[in-house]
Amino acid sequence: MEIKVERASGTKGESAKPAEDRRWQMVDRVMRLHGYQSHAIIETLHAVQESFGYIDTYALNYVAKKLKVPLSRVYGVATFYHFFSLKPAGEHTCVVCKGTACYIKGAEDILNGISEHYGIAPGETTADGKVSVVLARCIGACGLAPAVVYDDEVVGKNTPQTVLDKIGRWTNS
Amino acid sequence: MTFDELQEIADIEHEKQSCFKHQINVCIAAGCVSCQSDIVRDVLQKEVERRGLENFVKVKGVGCLGLCTAGPLLMVDGKTMYQGVTAQDASDIIDALEGSPVGRLDCSSQMPFFKRQQKIVLENCGKIDPENIEDYIAAGGYRAMHTALTTMMPSEVIEQVTKSGLRGRGGGGFPTGLKWATVTKSVNHTKYVICNADEGDPGAFMDRSVLESDPHRVIEGMVIAAYATGANHGFIYVRAEYPLAIKRLKRAISQAERMGLIGNNIFDSTCSFDIKIRLGAGAFVCGEETALMSSIEGRRGTPRPRPPFPAESGLWNYPTLINNVETFANIAPIISKGNAWFAGIGTEKSKGTKVFALAGRVKNTGLIEVPMGTMLRDIVFDIGGGIPDGGKFKAVQTGGPSGGCIPEQFLDMPVDYESLAKIGSIMGSGGMIVMDHTSCMVDVAKFFMEFCMSESCGKCIPCRVGTAQMHDILCKITEGNASKDDVLMLEDLSDLVKNSSLCGLGQSSPNPTLSTLRYFKDEYIAHIEDRNCPAGVCKIKTFSNKEVR
Repeated sequence: MEIKVERASGTKGESAKPAEDRRWQMVDRVMRLHGYQSHAIIETLHAVQESFGYIDTYALNYVAKKLKVPLSRVYGVATFYHFFSLKPAGEHTCVVCKGTACYIKGAEDILNGISEHYGIAPGETTADGKVSVVLARCIGACGLAPAVVYDDEVVGKNTPQTVLDKIGRWTNS
Repeated sequence: MTFDELQEIADIEHEKQSCFKHQINVCIAAGCVSCQSDIVRDVLQKEVERRGLENFVKVKGVGCLGLCTAGPLLMVDGKTMYQGVTAQDASDIIDALEGSPVGRLDCSSQMPFFKRQQKIVLENCGKIDPENIEDYIAAGGYRAMHTALTTMMPSEVIEQVTKSGLRGRGGGGFPTGLKWATVTKSVNHTKYVICNADEGDPGAFMDRSVLESDPHRVIEGMVIAAYATGANHGFIYVRAEYPLAIKRLKRAISQAERMGLIGNNIFDSTCSFDIKIRLGAGAFVCGEETALMSSIEGRRGTPRPRPPFPAESGLWNYPTLINNVETFANIAPIISKGNAWFAGIGTEKSKGTKVFALAGRVKNTGLIEVPMGTMLRDIVFDIGGGIPDGGKFKAVQTGGPSGGCIPEQFLDMPVDYESLAKIGSIMGSGGMIVMDHTSCMVDVAKFFMEFCMSESCGKCIPCRVGTAQMHDILCKITEGNASKDDVLMLEDLSDLVKNSSLCGLGQSSPNPTLSTLRYFKDEYIAHIEDRNCPAGVCKIKTFSNKEVR
């Protein structure tokens, strides 16, 4: 099937032909599993984010065309849910949990420490593009509060210093 | 699949397990995995193989053992428990199998944390391998489903659930039997059963632990519900933030499909049922049932007015039964042990047990299950072990952003739906956060209001605008820039938001503020009049920086 979509400037140059890109094949597979029905939007956006790390304008257009829904609806869904990111993330992610248990045990101090040291707030990436700091509402590791997820590794009982050390190792390498 | 086949699987598994002289159960739920318990398990297994003991010692990954703060935990032969185990301890643990336990790792399974609990929902947690369906069947799994599907009429199943007095464990406490009966009465060829595993309350991890530790129990409950209500399709809506739970659920579903425990004509009955997983995407409001269904339909998760209730017109306008993970996990025991047994536990209006995620400033943080009606003091000081580092108890917060803060004077109150509602909190899904003198209650109220403000879906104005205004006022108070009029305004706004919001998120969002205003007004006054935060949390600017108003 020929899809005519406008490409966002300067992004995903390598994915000019979705059919040949394995990452797009993953996305297509999810849509096919759901019979290209409109209720597959969220599952498809999960697949896009898993394949590319974020969802750009090109991907939004692509999903809208394939599922035959207005772009506005795909955009609406992608921006409604916190899990989806429309901006590319850093090489590594550092998810700081700010659930109640973590908050009571000092998650705010960790965030302040990061902001003092690197000058970035949650949702932002360090200047060298190495580390993105993300805020989580609760990752359910309350027994180990305050919890931080480095890439996919959950680490409990953090202090501002342990978090800064870990981020420091990423930014220096 | 027939009953005999089920029995055969159980017998084979029992025989397999009885060959081993010793069994080491390593907790591989998310809490312990984040302390590298999976590595501990692998190292133990290698050590067993290195010594050529693989026919005598079984190393098994199991679900949550409960005491998350002391992880990684492991249980040897069902009686000796070790805490804080590292890979270096593997050799000593295996040495100790034939002798006395390793003293330095000992974690007494006789302590009140374990002794005071009564486990129904969590009975398999820490005992069976969540990734192995045979282990679940050997522990008596899928028998209740067989009983229900082959020997009972749907109406009898509903009668059992109704008489048991089970109420929804997601927070609302709606009688489960009544909900099931309403769905049954709706006449339609297509009906859905949804399991709500969008555990969004910050500070709650019960559903995650159940899904990670015993996923088949939830599936079994859903199939029984499908049979009782005449539904054919099921969805489990689970948070994307729980990758381990998703992985185990997917595995459990495909194992159950392979054995014919979900699919067409289960146990040769008329019941056909399939289950699909839908991932949430980080929206707290999707825990509300109508918003959740919008999300499954692939739309923004915004709620809609009720009635019509989902039981009449839910997912794609078909009758839909929607229950919480813990509610479904209670079904199999009710069917196999009978409603009278279940109704005998708990209080007059709140039956059975409740799982709580105990966290915050308390010694023993972790997952607990206690009978309804247990005293709050027993939970915090006996099971929880009290406040660490000589701290002084200040409050316990239940029900997450929809609940309230309970002060010391109510510690001798039984925990059940009615008692909690009476003092301005709610049961909620089961998060229980203990706070001590280092927490500022105004700051806590601000924390929850900030949460509700940013999680408000924006559909109705009282919630969208009201929460933002209330958050502004709370910020003003914590900055020391508020006057007494602001508190009056806060109370007015609370009343407005509570009574005119569309869904539960908005209606309950003032609860943390209202309960702290009620029980900790002195802290508000201290911020306003003395420009002082008694707990030393809020950074109140000095007078010289203050804007002259």
